[in-house]
Amino acid sequence: MSVSPTEGRREARPAGAGAAARTTVKDLKGRVEPDWCPGCGDFGVLSALKQAIVELGLQPHEVMVISGIGCSSNLPGFINTYGMHTLHGRALAVATGAQLANHELKIVVTGGDGDGYGIGGNHFLHTMRRNVDLTYIVMNNQIYGLTTGQVSPTSVKGMKTKSTPEGSIENPINPIPLAIAAGATYVARGYTGQVKHLVELIKGGIRHRGFALIDAFSPCVTFNHDNTHDFFKQRTVKLEDRGHDPTNFAAAMEQGYRWGDEIPIGLFWKREDIPSLDELEPVLAEGGPLARRPLGVPPDVARSLIRDLM
Amino acid sequence: MSRYDLSIGIGGAAGQGIATPGDILARLFVRRGLHLSAYNAYQSIIRGGHIFLTLRTSDEPVLSFGDKIDVLIALNQDTMDRHLRLMRSGSAVLYNADKIKPGNAEPGVQLCHFSVKELAPGVKGDLVQNTIALSALLRLIGVEFKVLEEIINVQFRRKGPTVIEENLAVARAGYEYAGSRFQPFPWPLPDTGKRLAFFEGNQALAMGGAAAGVRFYCAYPMSPSSGVLHWMARHARQLGIVVRQVEDEISVINMAIGAAHAGCRAMCATSGGGFALMSEALGSAAMMEIPVVCINVQRAGPATGVPTKTEQGDLWQVMGAGQGDYPRIIVAPTNIPDCFKTVPRLFNLVDRFQCPGIILSDLLLSEGRASVDPAELDFNVPIDRGEVIGLNGALAPDGGYKRYRLTESGVSPRALPGTPGYMHTVATDEHDEDGVLISDEYTNPHKRRAMHEKRMRKMQGILAEIEPPKLFGPEEAQVTLVGWGSTEGVIREAMQRLAADGIAANNLQVKWLVPFHGEAVTRLLTKGAKTIIVENNYSGQFARYLRSETGLAADGHIRKYDGEPFMPHHIVDGVKAILSGAQRVYVPVHEIMV
Ligand SMILES: Cc1ncc(C[n+]2csc(CCOP(=O)(O)OP(=O)(O)O)c2C)c(N)n1
Ligand code: SF4
Repeated sequence: MSVSPTEGRREARPAGAGAAARTTVKDLKGRVEPDWCPGCGDFGVLSALKQAIVELGLQPHEVMVISGIGCSSNLPGFINTYGMHTLHGRALAVATGAQLANHELKIVVTGGDGDGYGIGGNHFLHTMRRNVDLTYIVMNNQIYGLTTGQVSPTSVKGMKTKSTPEGSIENPINPIPLAIAAGATYVARGYTGQVKHLVELIKGGIRHRGFALIDAFSPCVTFNHDNTHDFFKQRTVKLEDRGHDPTNFAAAMEQGYRWGDEIPIGLFWKREDIPSLDELEPVLAEGGPLARRPLGVPPDVARSLIRDLM
Repeated sequence: MSRYDLSIGIGGAAGQGIATPGDILARLFVRRGLHLSAYNAYQSIIRGGHIFLTLRTSDEPVLSFGDKIDVLIALNQDTMDRHLRLMRSGSAVLYNADKIKPGNAEPGVQLCHFSVKELAPGVKGDLVQNTIALSALLRLIGVEFKVLEEIINVQFRRKGPTVIEENLAVARAGYEYAGSRFQPFPWPLPDTGKRLAFFEGNQALAMGGAAAGVRFYCAYPMSPSSGVLHWMARHARQLGIVVRQVEDEISVINMAIGAAHAGCRAMCATSGGGFALMSEALGSAAMMEIPVVCINVQRAGPATGVPTKTEQGDLWQVMGAGQGDYPRIIVAPTNIPDCFKTVPRLFNLVDRFQCPGIILSDLLLSEGRASVDPAELDFNVPIDRGEVIGLNGALAPDGGYKRYRLTESGVSPRALPGTPGYMHTVATDEHDEDGVLISDEYTNPHKRRAMHEKRMRKMQGILAEIEPPKLFGPEEAQVTLVGWGSTEGVIREAMQRLAADGIAANNLQVKWLVPFHGEAVTRLLTKGAKTIIVENNYSGQFARYLRSETGLAADGHIRKYDGEPFMPHHIVDGVKAILSGAQRVYVPVHEIMV
């Protein structure tokens, strides 16, 4: 495994005061079994995420997994951390609020391509330019799964679906160059058929201070008969095997646009010199997470506010 | 002391510098302990158009911006043309005769003209006419020159001694000229020896949020709610509030929900269009049981509507926001100080009942300004965060933690993310007691029903916490004027006028809209007085709501939907018309063209 080590400026904190036992994958088992179709790519993301949390030495209560709506977005229910299963497309907005309210939480956002790049497109763009410190894992199956197989913003041109029986006539979104251009500071692509590789990408994303996108090919075995496991197995190549330098902007863009017999996965782009939103927010510079600060206005401040009105 | 009551109107185009004399006068009044009500009728343009600022002051509380103008300062011809015909005997009109010609005034109207060319020869710039008009006005209302001197010193401090000297000279010329040429008002501006504060409703809402302990505020700019954002941003560092302007209102409410779930008191504000975008998320806060407060400052709709004009037209939108039935609190503060007091109160309720709270303000309240006794501004408010594990001793019951435990009150203790040992997932899908989605079991009608009833039970608890509305005014009355939210002041002033005309009226002003004290209201409205509902919208949204909650149909309606707020005589005339059987729906004509 040669994904370049991704040391963030602030290492993932070890578990609460060192007293708690090390988290195991079993500890992270959710209350219910995933309801995904057998063979769905999303299983790979769930196990990779659990593995990454274990390897980072995080305790379940230190992590919050937030999602929108879709098959993939059901993930928070299948993992024993804090979780939010919000509205279709809104996970990143919710996550930004949660991150600013408690910047000690490790926020992981999980969802589908429709959720993130379609209805949530505006939030996607702005969360990246703000460089919010969170890890966004998009289970990209190039189709709408939960609503039973309509075209998605990442469906390839010409794809026949229930809503495009003649084949899609729209160009797909390419999230990799889009994210690099929009200001994401960690941009990677994984494939759920390569779980170990994905674990490393997710660990790097969680360690990274700033917005980390991990677009994960996660085949929908029920509705997408084009972009199947076989399709990706034959085509995916690892960037690190090709000597890609993730700090080289031009190379990252170029690799991001590749789609054909070879489709690169791995870490495309990474910058560590850009502070995340919470690091730039002066109010957060002192006094710990907002959520734990005492409420109320000190009497001298109240007096000065009133004086200003007279 | 006879009741002092003076109303000053300053009119001109946007960019002509109306705000500065307005601010100076407002400060002057409240520093003498006089009460104040100010309303700015403006248009959605940066330059040009017509702006009309009304400042009314009195030694008794001022309930509305009134019916009459005692002094008109016309900064351009347009203002003169629009307003002169409304000036009554005993009033005065101040204007620069170099540029502005009066028309026909009623007898007894004092036309106070001055010439900038004569009084300030060689001084360049349009603003000099404002300085002269202001100094002449102060002379008319008996304010000593040294007060003006102090104001100018403060106002131009940063511009240096030359500018101060120049302005003082102009002011002195205007003041002396007015002394020799104009007839002063019979009563000089009183000084009560007290000092009051003044602020606009948006500031009051923002300060109420600060008092409540809001730590996260976000918004997308939209008139007339942006004042809340501006105040919050200006005081963010001082108060330790993270204030963010974000990409749209959908993001606004979802971010606030995220912050609230993580443990902050979180608030946001918008106007009708932005509120429409927030609908789905408001329901999600109820489903996930996350306390969050959203302010809707209503403006005239539909759609983008009239951005700078007032209306009470979003009641049904707010009541219908979001799909399905869900517990929520909707409150309409009735005056500007009430805006301040309502926010901490609402936060305590939404924290206790873990649901969204909505404040319905409107442009009249939010951009209107009022005096307030500083003693009324109590930032030291009670804080009740409700049942939060680890915060106030609430602990998980035996048998493990269930985020959505079925309880009699409908409230289940919440655990904030980051608390060791209480991991759970909140969901906008229907779920079981432990947060597991019901759809994971291929839906379960029994669980759905139990959970839905648990949530909705909160409404009874909330109703028990909020006070029912009371009748204000004489117990025995011919008419009960029913209003909600911002119309309280103008209705109460109209009551005084009606009483003077021999018509006994009382007022039922509804503040807490949802949940609604239907029984108490029914009791009050079936005492024999005629019921007339006053509201600032076309279709009688509150009248329909009242009927749906109580079965009561009003005897008459006074409605206004031209974008301007009611003036007292609109209500007085309406009551008389309805009592004489003429109309059931009375729509006054707004005679000032603003
Ligand atoms: C506002 C709104 N619109 C539409 C839907 C219906 N809906 C649910 S999931 C979904 C798309 C799911 O696609 P994707 O995000 O790619 O996730 P997948 O199911 O493929 O994992 C849609 C349109 C909804 N829940 N809310
Ligand atoms: S429908 Fe597709 S995306 Fe959804 S669970 Fe099944 S395989 Fe996965």
